Order: sequence, then structure tokens, then C-alpha cells
Amino acid sequence: MPKAVDIRICMGTGGIAAGASAVLERFEEELSSTGVGASVRENCSRHNVGCRGFCARDVLVDVILDGERTTYQYIKPDMVQRIVEEHIVSGNPVEDWVVTDDYHNFHEKQVKVVLSDCGEVDPEDINSYKSRGGYKAVESVIGSKTPEDVIEMIKSSGLRGRGGAGFPTGLKWEFARKPESDQKYIICNADEGDPGAFMDRSIIEGNPHSVIEGMTIGAYCIGADKGYVYIRAEYPLAVKRLRIALEQAKEAGYLGENILGSGFSFNIKVKLGAGAFVCGEETALIASIEGQRGMPRAKPPFPAQQGLWGKPTVINNVETFSNVPYIVTKGPDWFSSFGTEKSKGTKVFALTGKIRNTGLIEVPMGMSLKEIIYDIGGGMERGEFKAVQTGGPSGGCIPKDMIDINVDFESLAKVGSIVGSGGMVVLDDTDCMVNIAKFFLEFTQRESCGKCTPCRVGTKRLLEILDRVTEGKGKSGDIELLLTLGQDIKDSSLCGLGQTAPNPILSTIKYFRDEYEAHINEKRCPAAVCKAMLTYTILEDACKGCTLCAKACPSDAISGEKKKPHVIDQGLCVKCGACFDTCKFKAVHKE
Amino acid sequence: MADRINITIDGEKVNVDGGLTVLQAARRSGFHIPTLCDDDRLKPYGGCRLCLVSIEGIPRPVTACTTPVTDGMVVETSNDHIERLRRTIVELLLSDHPNDCMTCDRAGDCTLQELAYFYGLRDNRFWGERRRYEDDDLNPFIKRDMEKCVLCGKCVRVCREVQGVGAIEISYRGFGAKVCPPYERDLNCEFCGQCVSLCPTGALSGKQWSGKGREKDVKKIKTVCPYCGCGCNLTLHVSRNEVIRVSSEPDTINEGWLCPKGRFGYEFIKSPDLLKSPLIRKNGKLEEVTWDEALKFVSEKLGSIKEKYGPDAIGGLSSARCTNEENYLFQKFIRAGIGTNNVDHCARL
Repeated sequence: MPKAVDIRICMGTGGIAAGASAVLERFEEELSSTGVGASVRENCSRHNVGCRGFCARDVLVDVILDGERTTYQYIKPDMVQRIVEEHIVSGNPVEDWVVTDDYHNFHEKQVKVVLSDCGEVDPEDINSYKSRGGYKAVESVIGSKTPEDVIEMIKSSGLRGRGGAGFPTGLKWEFARKPESDQKYIICNADEGDPGAFMDRSIIEGNPHSVIEGMTIGAYCIGADKGYVYIRAEYPLAVKRLRIALEQAKEAGYLGENILGSGFSFNIKVKLGAGAFVCGEETALIASIEGQRGMPRAKPPFPAQQGLWGKPTVINNVETFSNVPYIVTKGPDWFSSFGTEKSKGTKVFALTGKIRNTGLIEVPMGMSLKEIIYDIGGGMERGEFKAVQTGGPSGGCIPKDMIDINVDFESLAKVGSIVGSGGMVVLDDTDCMVNIAKFFLEFTQRESCGKCTPCRVGTKRLLEILDRVTEGKGKSGDIELLLTLGQDIKDSSLCGLGQTAPNPILSTIKYFRDEYEAHINEKRCPAAVCKAMLTYTILEDACKGCTLCAKACPSDAISGEKKKPHVIDQGLCVKCGACFDTCKFKAVHKE
Repeated sequence: MADRINITIDGEKVNVDGGLTVLQAARRSGFHIPTLCDDDRLKPYGGCRLCLVSIEGIPRPVTACTTPVTDGMVVETSNDHIERLRRTIVELLLSDHPNDCMTCDRAGDCTLQELAYFYGLRDNRFWGERRRYEDDDLNPFIKRDMEKCVLCGKCVRVCREVQGVGAIEISYRGFGAKVCPPYERDLNCEFCGQCVSLCPTGALSGKQWSGKGREKDVKKIKTVCPYCGCGCNLTLHVSRNEVIRVSSEPDTINEGWLCPKGRFGYEFIKSPDLLKSPLIRKNGKLEEVTWDEALKFVSEKLGSIKEKYGPDAIGGLSSARCTNEENYLFQKFIRAGIGTNNVDHCARL
């Protein structure tokens, strides 16, 4: 029997969805019924920890016996008994369930700064964060360093905003520090809305105190005594953990009046967003906190001059704030040792799509796309690599011949994409680029606030053109119209949403114009995705007459006798692809 | 007032007030920049994007209505790129507009129509889905035809910024964005009609004047509102010898703002009960008389009452519909002329 047992169960939203709560419960039961709990006593702990990135392998469980860590993957409640009996009690790890090389490869090339404590600390316990050096930054700054010194430190670290635009954080703080004002505000933008992005959610779920600590330092620097976290209401777990963390920080004296006896006071309020993507835009976010409809306004004046209720305001993203305590404790030089000349530090990405290892990754700025996809991501899941979409609906696609590109602010901008908030969707040869562009346009059109004409009506027209192209009704001149209108929308829209909304179209036309041309001129979808242009046929030679396809067909379009080749009635076929997916003999042909 | 500064607009050096926006400075210096969402009386908005201009040193075109002037600024109000963007914006608006100018009340007085004319937009590269609404308010004043709305937001802003009511707001998102009362209920506000007065298209109009004549056919007569002592300036729109609408110009004492009575309450002009001359009751029956006769009659009666019962037997009650000057004269008449302090005013009742 070991002397100390520590069990850490991944309980981010991903982990809980995979059944982590039930796994934790079983551990409680098994540890008590096997007597481990009683014999190890206070040295037996069970922690829920935040996401460590590899969500695809959830539920992930660390079993740490006398300091020796074994990580299990895909754990279900009924597997717990064997782990406790064989591993914890008898000291023989259950090798079948231990993580494989993939897990180690996934982490090997990552450099974790903001995620360094995610998956390690218990997000609902401030002492867990403190035991790993948490709140040391606040302690070393408040009362001991001048705000100017700290701003200088952030400036020299080279930290740039992680929310999309990449504005230098220290400079932003300096702008807000300068004006005299009776009131200033600091806001954490946790209105993460890009489809497929979950960086900010995971940071708050996994280590909320790092965000609070970063905000407190920011508030100290600019002279704000009020702060807001504007967070999506669709992130209930993050909201819950954030609220617990705020309560604990206040109790511990890191928030509230007269922090650490320095005379500096700072309070944070949580403001729930009502699900509008545009509220991630800083001026719309401010309007929303003020109780108005979330619509952006023109800049200048910038929020650092006139922000919330007309007062100087700093708005930074979750990841940006989370970097701050680490920069303060480990030093700006340490931070700027990662990354490229102009893009310092690391960046968290949500790696998704047709890749083997999906999840949350943190890499130094400037790592090549190839390393990310093949070393960390483990390469393609099935198909052939085609492109990567970065930066979500404001971003663009990077084609396969540019796979050696470095992922940093400048390099991605050069090829027509952006780092953005960190979405990274890997596409393979079964993805239609026109359809991908359409997906993002549908999103931005739906989320346009309606204030300015080019975004409100223009994106609708872009979408209509894409609709007809994917429906096989594209006309010659449509590509040119998309390019002209797209450019006009970029040049004339009010805020970042409209100014970037055409990017997915413009970049796919730039690199995959032939696909657009095939749709329009040949009425053919090269990736065989766009339904209207698809024809499913059954290959007579390959069909064994197993009837599975006929059973799967929702429109009774497939007929044939048992053990004889079947046929599809094209008039009845709704092109759902059920037959294609069901057939075990590759007898259904799609083109 | 801010200091005066020098800026250059379209190559011409002009000296302007430093507190202005580029749009205000350009207009005051005689340059035309098209807009749909701007009104000098409202806060800058930057929604329609038509007032985009090029400013030296700024990489992107910016909206003139939201950009403050700075000393030495070099502004270009028009160039090929700017005109291309403006044209696209107007074309986009027209692609989602009923384009039924033939039957629209606002034809000839519509900013969108003017813009379409200016850019010669007959065909449209962007024809597509059009918003369809069936708006039928029960109120007797304001007619809403939201298919014609260009989302300039003026109505929303005047309601909040000037009137302090906030009866309408933009709802929904994207292409479906729509100005409406909360939960799309019927309009239930003060019916001041400021929104109607600012609408650049036919989206908002007065039910009373709908279908009664277009701007080019009306004769405009300036007058002063008779309802209260404020003395708001009115412009009567007269067609076929009938007042069909009341409006007010922005450069008046009331800055163009009116109350529901001033804007919509003009039907009494046509009332058969309207008094056109003084009446005196003779033998139990009211008879029309001349002003001379009426004044003589009142003067004699007041004189005889004062003589018989003393001045305190008389009291004067004045009206809020009179101006300050008229009220002053009236109390002077009662106090000095009649000799009593029995004078009061309906606003105290």
C-alpha cells in the first residue's frame, strides 16, 4: 500500500461530458471500500482538475502514488475498480489503459505557459493554485513595484493581445494609465465565440485564479478599482468556477478593499453575455455591459481613452491576462525567449478537424504548421491533408503547399489568414472549400449586429452567391462578384466582424479557385460534398445484395433483391449519403 | 468653443472649429458628403457607411461623421475607391428595398432615392432575398413600413437621446435586424413623431398624410404652433387648399422637434366648430359679432362691474397657450388696469 495517493481527474466541460463525475464518484467508493482511504488518510486526495488539452482521450485520470504518476485514458466508471485494486492496492498499473505514445507525442513539443497549471491545479481550490506559486506575482507587485515598472515589464516581455488583433498589451495599459480620471475599468473579454474555439473556456475552467491575478495586476497598473469579466452564459462551468475563485480570492485578501495592506482596492464583477458573437468586439462588449444592445461604435475614441461609461478602460482577452502572472514571476526575458522576433511567448490553439489528436495545445509562436499537425496532432486521421483554417470566421485557409509556414501574427497575416483567438481546423480532401467558406459566412451573417450596411446586407449577398454556387446554380462572374463585394465589405464595414467576414471566401478563392470554377463551370464538387451536385450510384460488380443500404435509405430510393445488385432511383434519392456510409463493400459510388 | 484649426478638404485649405467632426467641418465649408444615418442633432453613429472619406495617414477609409477634425488634417471626400464603396453600399440597400417609388409617399423627398439617382443605379448586381414584413399598428399616428427601413437608426436614437423614451430598438441580428418596439408589440409610445420626422425613406410616416400628396405638390407655409406658449415653429404642408401635414425645420427655435399635438393635432383646422369670429349671447342665443363690438361689450361690462362692486369682484384667469409676453400683458391689465390682484393661470390648476 502506497503512503500517498493523489488522483486527478480531468473535469473540464469535455471531461464531464465524457463521464468524469461518475468516475470520480467510483474512485471515492472504491478507495473507501478497499480501505485505501482509511490507511493513507490525509495523504489520499482526489482532485478534479481542468482540461489538460487532450480532450479526445477523456476521461483522463492521473494516479500519483508516492509521487509517481501514471496517466490513464478513456476511463469509464466500471474501469475504476480494477485500477484501484491492481494499481493502487497492489502496485501494478493497468497497462492496457495507460496512455499510449500518442499522448506523450501530443505533449512533447508543446510549451505550456498559461496551460502549465491547467490539469495540475484544482480550479475550485485557491490553495492548490498557491501551492504552485499562485498569487506570488500579485504579492511581488502590489506595494513593492510602481505601476510604471510593471507596465515596462509587460512591454519588454513583448506580450501581445491573444484575442485576435495582437495589440501590444503593455502599450494598451500605458495608454489607459496616462489619462487622469476619477474612475477606470479593466475588463476581461471571455466572450469566446469562434466556432470550435475553447481556449478561454478551458483556461477559466482549469485555472481561473491565473486570470484573476492577471486582471488584478492590470488594474494596479492602470489605476482601476473595478473590473468585469464578460463571459458567455453558455459556459456554466467556467462561470461557476470563476465565481468560486473570485470568492476565494476575496477571502484570501487578493481582491477587495486594501489588498495586502497596500491601500490598493480592486473588485471584479461577473457579467454574463447573452450569446451574441459581436459582443466579443470590445466596443460592443462595453455597450453590452452598459445595458445597451451589443453594437460596436466607431474608434477613435479607443476604450483606453473613453471606454466603459466613458472612462478609460482596458479590455484584454482571457489568455492575455492569464499570461501576466507568469511573466511577472518568471520575468519578461523568460517569456520573450519563446516565440519569434515580433510574436513573443506561446499561443493556445484549439486543434480540431480531420486530425488524429484533437484538443487544446499551447505552442511557442513561430512553430511551423507542419510540426503542429504532424508532431503534436499526430497527422491526418484518414484523408489527405488539404488545408488549415485558422482564426475562425475572421480567418482564412492555408493550403497544403504552405505547410512549412510559421504560425505567428506576421506570417499568417502575410498569407491572408490570422492567428485570431486560436481556432485551427485541419481539412482533408473530403472537405469542399466552397462549403467551408459558406459555413463561416453563415455564421458571420447570422451574428452581424445589423448596424452597418456592408456587413448586414453585404454578407447576406455573399452567402446567397455561395449558396447558389454550392447548389450548382453558380453563374460565370460569380467569383469576380465575390471578390469585389468581399473587398468592399472589408473596406467599408464598421467593426472587426464585418472587416474580416469575407476572409474565408477571399482566401479560399485565392488558393482554391479551381474548386470554385469546378462548381460554377462544370457543376461539379471536386470533394464530393455539395449535395446538389452529387450522384450516388451502386457499382453492380461490387454490390453483394446485402440490402443494408436499402434499409438505411430514408426515402426508399434503393431497390433490389437479396444477394443481387441493388439500384438507386435518382428521382427519389435525397443524397443523404446513408447508403455510402452503410455499405461494407465500397459498392456505393459518389461523384 | 474649441480653437479654430486649419484642415485641407479636397485640396482646399479651410479654417474650422476644432470641436467638429470631419462631416460637420466639410458641410460648413460647403463640401457635400452623402449620408443616411447622420443628423447634426444626434450623436455620431457611423452606421450607414456612406460618409466614408480618405484621410492622409490613415490606411482605411473612415466615416466622416464619427471622426473628429485635427489640425493639419488632409481629407479627401471623394475618389475612385470611396465612390466604389458608396456605390456598393447604395446598391446593397436597394437590393433589399421594395423599390416601389411609383407609389411611395416619399418619392421626391427620399434620401435613398436621391442616392440611387446620383449613382445611376437601375440594375443591381446583388438582387436577392428581400425582408418581408406585415406591420400593421393600431395607433392612429405612425405608419411603419419596415421593408423600406435602411437601419440608419435615427428613429431609435432620437427616441432615446432627444425624447428620452426608448420605445423602439433594433432587434434581431444580421439580415433580419429590424427596428421595432419590444417583443414586436404594437407601437405604444408618446407618439411625438420625432422618429417620423427623421426617417430618410418611406419606412416611417404619418397615417394622417399617407396618400394625400407628395412633397413636390405641397405648398409650405411657415407658422407658429397655437397649442402652448413654447411657440414652436411649424411648417404647414398644404395641398389642394388643405393642410395635409405638419413638420418643423431643424433651424428653428424648437430645432425641428414637435410634440404629438403640434405634429399630429391639426385636424381642428377643418372643424365646423372652429370659432372664426367673437360671439355674444343676444336673447339667449350666441351671435357672431365683430372684434370691435366684442371688445366694446367686454370693456363696458368690466367697467360697470368694477363701478358697482369694486375691482376685487373681478378675477382674471390666463392660459398656458399664451406666450410669456401675452401673459405679462394680461396680469398687467388685471392688476394695473382693473386694479385687483385676482389673477391666476391655468397651469396652476
